[in-house]
Amino acid sequence: MMNRPLLLTLVCVPLMLSALPAQAALRVFACEPEWGALAQELGGSNVDVSVATSALQDPHQIQAKPSLIARTRNADLVACTGAELEIGWLPVLLQQSGNAKVQPGQPGNFAAADFVRKLDVPAQLDRAQGDVHAAGNPHIQTDPRNIALVANALGARLQQLDPPHAADYAKALASFSQRWQQATARWAAQAAPLKGASVVSQHKAFVYLYDWLGLKEVAVLEPKPGVEPTASHLQEVLATLKGTPARMVLYAAYQDPRPSEWLGKNAGLAVVKIPFTVGGSDGAKDLFGLFDDTVARLVAAGAKP
Amino acid sequence: MHKLVPATLAIALGLPVGAGADTLSDVATLRQEMDAMRAAYEARMQALEQRLRRAEAALSAPAAAAASAVTVDPVAAPLASAPPAAPAPAAPGGGANAFNPSMALILSGLYTRTSRDPANYAITGFQLPTGAELGPGTRGFSLAESELDLAASIDPWWRGAANIALQADNKVSIEEAYVQTTALGNGLSLKAGRFFSNVGYLNPQHSHTWDFVDNPLAYQALLGTQYSDDGVQLSWLAPLDSYVELGAELGRGRSFPGSDTSRNGAGMSAITAHTGGDIGASQSWRAGVSMLNAKASDQSLVATNGAGSAVTDAFSGSTRVWVADAVWKWAPNGNATRTNLKLQGEYLRSTRTGSLVYDVGNADREGTYRAVQSGWYLQGVYQFMPYWRVGLRTEQLDAGTPDYGLNAASFAANGYKPRKNSVMLDFSPSEFSRVRLQLAQDRSREGLTDNQLFIQYQMSLGAHGAHSY
Repeated sequence: MMNRPLLLTLVCVPLMLSALPAQAALRVFACEPEWGALAQELGGSNVDVSVATSALQDPHQIQAKPSLIARTRNADLVACTGAELEIGWLPVLLQQSGNAKVQPGQPGNFAAADFVRKLDVPAQLDRAQGDVHAAGNPHIQTDPRNIALVANALGARLQQLDPPHAADYAKALASFSQRWQQATARWAAQAAPLKGASVVSQHKAFVYLYDWLGLKEVAVLEPKPGVEPTASHLQEVLATLKGTPARMVLYAAYQDPRPSEWLGKNAGLAVVKIPFTVGGSDGAKDLFGLFDDTVARLVAAGAKP
Repeated sequence: MHKLVPATLAIALGLPVGAGADTLSDVATLRQEMDAMRAAYEARMQALEQRLRRAEAALSAPAAAAASAVTVDPVAAPLASAPPAAPAPAAPGGGANAFNPSMALILSGLYTRTSRDPANYAITGFQLPTGAELGPGTRGFSLAESELDLAASIDPWWRGAANIALQADNKVSIEEAYVQTTALGNGLSLKAGRFFSNVGYLNPQHSHTWDFVDNPLAYQALLGTQYSDDGVQLSWLAPLDSYVELGAELGRGRSFPGSDTSRNGAGMSAITAHTGGDIGASQSWRAGVSMLNAKASDQSLVATNGAGSAVTDAFSGSTRVWVADAVWKWAPNGNATRTNLKLQGEYLRSTRTGSLVYDVGNADREGTYRAVQSGWYLQGVYQFMPYWRVGLRTEQLDAGTPDYGLNAASFAANGYKPRKNSVMLDFSPSEFSRVRLQLAQDRSREGLTDNQLFIQYQMSLGAHGAHSY
């Protein structure tokens, strides 16, 4: 026969389990996979991370889907890139969420780009220049030094939002920072031979990567930011490369590879698919894998004659 | 800390030593005092160190300062190798205009070619509001509505938005002007002012986001193209992993199927329920059911009588409109940049009960009136390559067999079902511009087929708009 405490446990435990997950962990809604991965590194089991987009999606153009609205409603922290990257969809999610905690200006609203020095800040704002971002280039995650800065800020934010676990977050941040610093030094050493190399980008998505590794962008396949490469512009790029040869052409995992492949074939360049974010390649399983793989691909392409 | 110990000792030794100072108890007392002082100094030093760290954090990353209430573990100090962080972005410009609302201007124009004169436009079997924007509009070149959108946060608790429509006939109308809460939390949001009702899928969407030049016939015949009202709207998002949104609205009932009734209470009430989600990475959907009730008094309607001539009637009574809507979207891996597909359909059913004055100004005969009318549309829009989309829409209305009471002899119901098929091709070189060609075969009028051609441009300048699903 079953004794009473056991019976109570059998009844209560499933009830508690069904009620607990909603309260147990800090719910983090990350706009892009890199911030989801970072929140997971820093939050561990204290956070429940949900990522809005995948590495195969263009973060500029995401629909304010019902599933995203529901997840924004339940979030304690919305961690996004900012710098207008999500301007076409995040405002709708925030407005429709009915969630006061994650509105702009609240501690639950975290924009990674606020914590780094931004490049490509336009001197003049005119859409005749294409899809320019007033705050500067938003693709900050391609420089590991930016990840370190954002990690500090995100770690502090997690401590602020979840004081009972502040010590855990501080410890995780310290451990991550140490490992990241070592890894960054290793990547920089691996990529050292690439310093000064000329490269071509499909989209102006890698300025921070170039800034970090000392690569030189000599041409961009998109005639204007956000405008698909055209045949005539590709010909112009090809002509430019005759005068200033480049070693490789880079495109992000979510982009159509055809323009880069065309240029690679016609100009004899190595074509490099950059995972761009966590999940963008088989190797980019986490943030460390993202840079392991990015650097390995660049070094492999740079080593080719 | 160790430097403090000799200093403390020196102070302690320098104190005048009273009688019996060499006793053990006095030494113990001294030691206790020293320990206490040392502890106090350590605490103060720690506090100072923390203040210093906080100040450093505030300098390197302003937002991190917000976290200063929490004790930061010393090992969590910023990485030495990291490049210096930029200060937080200041508001652009500054000065008195720094808080100007975001502003966007929508410009739109149209070339229309129809085989039937739009001046005689009607939908057989339906009594339509006078002065409503129905049918294909003006032939030839015309300026479509220019829309000015303003929006900003008001304070930490409200945001406000206005959409001002500048019409081609030089009239200005307020399409939407509302304030909305941002801080209620718990999934709640309250809107007050003028807004498009949240019934159905297309109703809350502004015309520049439509996938076709015109709204479906069912919206034109049963909701006066698009239902907008002055009132309040409360919406609640359920605390679930999947999307469930419930809404309730109260309004004056100022537009068709309502009309001003000069009452203190609400002339319109609506409840809406929507749910949706994802199917894998590539598909998403939303579906819903809504009900709108509106009261009308002496509502002026244009109808065709049994003899085939146009008459003006006046309806007083209430209308209930049910709307069922569904939309499904597909994009490979959820990346809609290259190709994507959108299917949507809605079914509207309207029941009007009350009295109808037949042929106002002439016969002026009042009779009871009850009409159950419905309509549906189904459309698909496919982006087959970047910038280019093609769309198909098919739709049908059912006028039902209205009960005209005493006026039964003046109308003829023949069961005609108005139909329309449209095909469109549009080109959007950026998120801000679109040019569209639309062909339609409109059989709204019994026995008359209207072949329509539209060429339309829609452009937006200014603030980058965010569009709902």
